[in-house]
Amino acid sequence: MSDPAITPELIDQHGITPEEYEQIKVILGREPNYTELGIFSVMWSEHCSYKNTRKLLKGFPTKSEKVLIPAGEENAGVIDIGDGLAVAFKIESHNHPSAVEPFQGAATGVGGIIRDIFTMGARPVAAINSLRFGSLDSAEVRRLFRGVVAGISHYGNCFGIPTIAGEVYFDPSYEGNPLVNAFALGVLRHDQIARGAAKGVGNPVFYVGPATGRDGLAGAAFASQDLTEESADQQRGAVQVGDPFMEKLCMEACLELLATDAVAGIQDMGAAGLTCSTCETAARGGTGIELRLDQVPQRAANMTPYELMLSESQERMLIIVNKGHEEEVRRIFDKWDLPWAEVGTVTDTGRMVVTNHGEVVADMPAAKLADDAPLYDRESKEPAYLAAVRAFKLEQVPDLKEPEQVLKNLLAWPSIASKNWVYRQYDHTVRNGTAVFPGSDAAVLRIKADSLPGGGVDADETVPEKYLAMSCDCNGTYVYLDPYEGAKIAVAEAARNLACSGAEPLGTTDNLNFGNPHNPELFWQLKEAVRGLAEGCTVFNAPVTGGNVSLYNQNPNGAIDPTPTVAMVGLIEKPEDITTQWFKDEGDEILLIGAAIDEADPLLGLGGSAYLQTAYDLKTGTPPRCDLAKEKQIHTTVRSFIQAGGVKSAHDCSEGGLAVALAESCISNHVGRETDKLLGAEIDLSAFGDARLDALLFGETQGRIVLTASGVDAVKIEERAKILEVPVVRIGKVGGDKLTIKTAGAELSWDLAELHDLWFNAIANKMK
Amino acid sequence: MKVAVIQFPGSNSDQDAVNGVRVIGHDARLLWHKEESVGDADAVIIPGGFSYGDYLRCGAIARFSPVMQAVKTFAADGGVVLGICNGFQVLCEAGLLPGALVRNRSLQFRSEQVFLKTVAKDTPFTGGVEEGQLLRVPIAHGEGCYFADEETLASIKSNNQILWQYVSADGELTDDANPNGSLDNIAGICNRERNVAGLMPHPERACQEIVGSADGRAILESMAAWLDKKTQADAA
Repeated sequence: MSDPAITPELIDQHGITPEEYEQIKVILGREPNYTELGIFSVMWSEHCSYKNTRKLLKGFPTKSEKVLIPAGEENAGVIDIGDGLAVAFKIESHNHPSAVEPFQGAATGVGGIIRDIFTMGARPVAAINSLRFGSLDSAEVRRLFRGVVAGISHYGNCFGIPTIAGEVYFDPSYEGNPLVNAFALGVLRHDQIARGAAKGVGNPVFYVGPATGRDGLAGAAFASQDLTEESADQQRGAVQVGDPFMEKLCMEACLELLATDAVAGIQDMGAAGLTCSTCETAARGGTGIELRLDQVPQRAANMTPYELMLSESQERMLIIVNKGHEEEVRRIFDKWDLPWAEVGTVTDTGRMVVTNHGEVVADMPAAKLADDAPLYDRESKEPAYLAAVRAFKLEQVPDLKEPEQVLKNLLAWPSIASKNWVYRQYDHTVRNGTAVFPGSDAAVLRIKADSLPGGGVDADETVPEKYLAMSCDCNGTYVYLDPYEGAKIAVAEAARNLACSGAEPLGTTDNLNFGNPHNPELFWQLKEAVRGLAEGCTVFNAPVTGGNVSLYNQNPNGAIDPTPTVAMVGLIEKPEDITTQWFKDEGDEILLIGAAIDEADPLLGLGGSAYLQTAYDLKTGTPPRCDLAKEKQIHTTVRSFIQAGGVKSAHDCSEGGLAVALAESCISNHVGRETDKLLGAEIDLSAFGDARLDALLFGETQGRIVLTASGVDAVKIEERAKILEVPVVRIGKVGGDKLTIKTAGAELSWDLAELHDLWFNAIANKMK
Repeated sequence: MKVAVIQFPGSNSDQDAVNGVRVIGHDARLLWHKEESVGDADAVIIPGGFSYGDYLRCGAIARFSPVMQAVKTFAADGGVVLGICNGFQVLCEAGLLPGALVRNRSLQFRSEQVFLKTVAKDTPFTGGVEEGQLLRVPIAHGEGCYFADEETLASIKSNNQILWQYVSADGELTDDANPNGSLDNIAGICNRERNVAGLMPHPERACQEIVGSADGRAILESMAAWLDKKTQADAA
């Protein structure tokens, strides 16, 4: 069977522009053959090359005194956590595959990010994820939601990584194009950091893991196009199929191998499989690689070079072995009963030369392929819809009717409601390290001896226990209504969630989910969001250690809300500082830290709010302002209260405002199956005089945290807050089986059991 | 107590089991599935996970590994064997425990804290629990629904082989308290000889307060105390 002829149609089908094709000819000094065309197509796809965004991303802060491996250098960034220990973490998307095949799309998203972590030499010990779907009223959406959660559950649980935090949003803009962003974090000692460079001319190149098949063919290219109605049928073949059991074995074997002197370089085969891992390691090493395809384990008959190079079969690793140490690979991979094969050699030519049964089927310069994709400056233009958004005035917000019913509706709104339907499908106790389970502002993980590669059972070194907090956040509605401000808020919210758990931010990883970059209005959203993220990460000294860009997220109905998901990791000084969000004891004082309403905001925090969306179906208005300096001050202050002892609970205000935050503090203490410890509160907001009730209860002014403390400690907190000039107001007391809120003009009351039922079961009820 | 924790390809709670035993002050080590002897262990734990990826059926392949032959001999000689989660599944597949574990009735994986009532106190695994004391421990499984045919179930009951049942926080045997549809809310059982037990919940993930509960210690400590008494009795 001969390769198809290279025609303009074929070039276009491969997502390569005529100009890019000319560039390919210059690089090769000739026309490419079919296999080479396929290789350029995946390496220069948006997903692999970031050609439309690379210039923008240079604006991110990537350094701090704790960063050991910065963004862009390797497969994941690495940050020091003290005592010779470090963490590697990253977030990645698998949006398009999940739209077409939700179970495998999501499962392999988890698999992919886990590999990025252990390829750095770290043991993956925690996962979180950020999911977005259309409205749950749609049967198709429910199908995708069910499939995605099942896929994540299947892969993570079998692999043996606890999934301990996340977020789930539902909004019509994600209909047909769900977002699945998967994050993983791993631990290692500084001296265990592994690199993905093909070092050492003459070194053998090994392939380890299951055989290569036709699944996931050109997945990277698929990820770099708009979804259409035909996508489901046409692109199912581009969805990879995962085997978490294989991945678990592969990881254990790789970590064992890395503990020997055998490894010169290692990289996982993710997007663009063999192609990407080969040319990237060669590029990093300043070397070349000769790859012998006939040696590659194959599980389908008659695979062509094109198919072998572009396949995205999962759970495979490329390992550059120090010559003379090949026996270690055989010994360890045979122990774990994993396939392995010697498939190539490191050369000094700087070229990736691919042969099949002795015949050269591709020959190209590695560095140019990996690093020299054309970079584009896309046109950007402020979107027309923003005029109406900015014109929306407070007078247009209808009067607040039935505040009691409004709170019930907000708690039952799927984006706010408890996500337990999701996370009870995720093993969150495996590895015995989870100190705070899903359900609080941030998850908390303890790092111990067996978190390290080789640090398990038989290691004799003691490892000081450490406590990490993690959270992922993004309110896509805010970003749609004001990309710069909304992106700042995503960062601020992540940092705020960490502060509430007692943690100080260490670093950030971001997943930019946006529409078609050729659309100037959508590119403007991207540009502005990146600007906001960069500023936020700089202020919180939480550099971006790496991340992912997913473009072309739209469907025939339009683009998704621009969604720059932020995942942040922080360090908690001592276990006593670990703080959760629910009320603890009757009689505790409730304090509000931060200004109750941002008086400088013409919409008083109501713009883009969940309240406007649920009560009036209005998704408009400039979102709340984010004053990063003020936020930082609030977080630092709350953290200092926690570290001084005396803070019983801390919960930040976000979607749904103060009323939702208070309700959640009353009803979210889930002790066990069918067992929740509900604890009421008597709130008095008359200190805020004649403030607008809707803004006070449901406005989403930023920079606010609800704290509780015993009477004595509350006094200390108030005194310290006043010295630090941070607003603090005593707003009530914990106790009883109701939530009551008294204001200057109203007396509201809710039965806790009823609120809990609405909130806890909302999603399960929709999924029946 | 010296515990050997079996490690199959795909076991993922093996470290947790070793740590649980060490936290209560006893010895534990990992035993690779290709080994053919349990050595000087006086108890064996088959840990949780997805041995062999749950290919075919959970535990269906693990039962054939070399080490399981050694475990069978050890059990026949009266050795103490505890199967946790996937370990329980392996013991049922290997015929060391009656019945089978099938898919949760919700058809979904369930990860949550449950409450256990200890039913029979006269085993190495259950001696250390006070009257009426409930154990709050985590479950994490997709196939934890215990099933046995009528005859087997009747036999299990008449021989007091039910060791733990899922109950509400108030100790009531309710359907709501049952996370997976197990017959009679059965969370764990033992064999007729009472030296081999299996349970779906994870006591080794509840040995320290910082992870939410230390109630699981009671099970491991029961084993240690029972073995200690036996050693003393043997020596006497």
